[in-house]
Amino acid sequence: MSAPDIVWKDGKFGRTSRRDSWWLSPAAILIGLSVFLIYATWAAWQNGHYTYGPYISPFYSPELFGSSPHALFGPRPGWYPRYLPFSPALLILWIPGLFRLTCYYYRGAYYKSFWADPPACAVGEPRKSYWGERSFPLILQNFHRLFLRLSYIVWGFLVYDAVRAFFFPDGFGVGIGTLVLAVNVILLGGYVFGCHAFRHLIGGTFDRVSEHPFRRRIYQAVSWLNARHMKWAWASLLSVGFADIYVRLCSMGIWHDWRFL
Amino acid sequence: MGKPATFRIWRGGPDGGGFQQYSTSVEEGMVVLDAIHHVQAEQAPDLAVRWNCKAGKCGSCSAEINGMPRLMCMTRLNELDLDAPVTVEPMHTFPVLRDLVTDVSWNFRAKKTIKRFHPRLPDAPDGTWRIQQADVDRVQEFRKCIECFLCQDVCHVLREHHKHDEFIGPRLLVYAAALEMHPLDTEDRVSDLRHRHNIGYCNITTCCRQVCPESITITENAIIPLKERVVDRYFDPIKSLFHIL
Repeated sequence: MSAPDIVWKDGKFGRTSRRDSWWLSPAAILIGLSVFLIYATWAAWQNGHYTYGPYISPFYSPELFGSSPHALFGPRPGWYPRYLPFSPALLILWIPGLFRLTCYYYRGAYYKSFWADPPACAVGEPRKSYWGERSFPLILQNFHRLFLRLSYIVWGFLVYDAVRAFFFPDGFGVGIGTLVLAVNVILLGGYVFGCHAFRHLIGGTFDRVSEHPFRRRIYQAVSWLNARHMKWAWASLLSVGFADIYVRLCSMGIWHDWRFL
Repeated sequence: MGKPATFRIWRGGPDGGGFQQYSTSVEEGMVVLDAIHHVQAEQAPDLAVRWNCKAGKCGSCSAEINGMPRLMCMTRLNELDLDAPVTVEPMHTFPVLRDLVTDVSWNFRAKKTIKRFHPRLPDAPDGTWRIQQADVDRVQEFRKCIECFLCQDVCHVLREHHKHDEFIGPRLLVYAAALEMHPLDTEDRVSDLRHRHNIGYCNITTCCRQVCPESITITENAIIPLKERVVDRYFDPIKSLFHIL
């Protein structure tokens, strides 16, 4: 079918008749994501102050190799190239990083904020060319569910960390850090299991979902989470960053971990 | 007793045009379409505007009000700042016929490129089918569409990049979803969605969902599930091989 002849063909960047503060949301997302990216990158390269007592920073978990008691397979292995920088976070952080990068919510958000494609709804764009997600590189966004599956595993380890945070060297206890890690896994669980791809895999794939009553029930629960996916995404992003800050500052002796029990 | 309000209304045709300013008296309870009718009756009898039901159900009076695609009959004046002129334009994504009236016939031509409903054989000897309500819950949402084409108007793939000859846009992806997810349908549209209708052009801005006057969750309930079906077919060998989540 041929394209119709349209009057408004020479749109210019930022041109719009909108009178509201359309730039506010993309600007806030630009700042929020940038701050997180800068902090997470810095924290991942530190290779220090990522554990405190039974706590471990979620940026460094699961700690495959490392110098802390949380390391699953001991210290940095001999086969790891000497010329490559080492940090336990670098071995694991790419999984949640790529999961969030390819997340449907974040895609819509950062295309607007970082690439102005479009800057906001009904606002002129800076570029005439457009490929979308149908060709390289953005066609790779279709591998989102690969990182979803890996994220199930990472989340499982974070649940283990949260449970372990109740067990101090002197026995069972509850500290502020315990609550921080517990809230973090709840928020991360809401985000991971409210994922659009998970919603499809669990029940959306069926045209006759009534033939799968158990999956249907889960599908309805996931749909509830999915309807609030943006909120889970931001809440879990903030909590995971705060959990790292909390463990780091406790480890550095700047903050004191207050124990309830 | 009315109060004065000013409207900047786009006047012109297929070759272009511009804004003209009109002041008229408005009263409590009025919508933008009422004000346009006031202007038409008092000052500009040649002003072209398409409307029909005045109840948000026919999808005829789609326009852009203060830059956002909206139905004129469903935009109350008390939602707008009347201290500044209210801008009313035709939809940018379609050819202008005259003033606020656009030619939306491209949508109907594009709709014909989607494979039609093809039900399975009837379940009963009398030629009827049996369907569980749970199976049609999803597609019933899509039946609320009034074809106002505001979602097509705001979609930047059509609006800014003019991909009308490659991309069918959110309204028709909702239509395709209603067919593809229907429990009786046996047709396969996944290949067409990827190769012919280029669903990959959608980059999930959610603008279509934001402007829908029927509050259809276009992005999350129609487009993303269709994208996931494309992923099932072309980008997920693990699911194909092992049927895992």
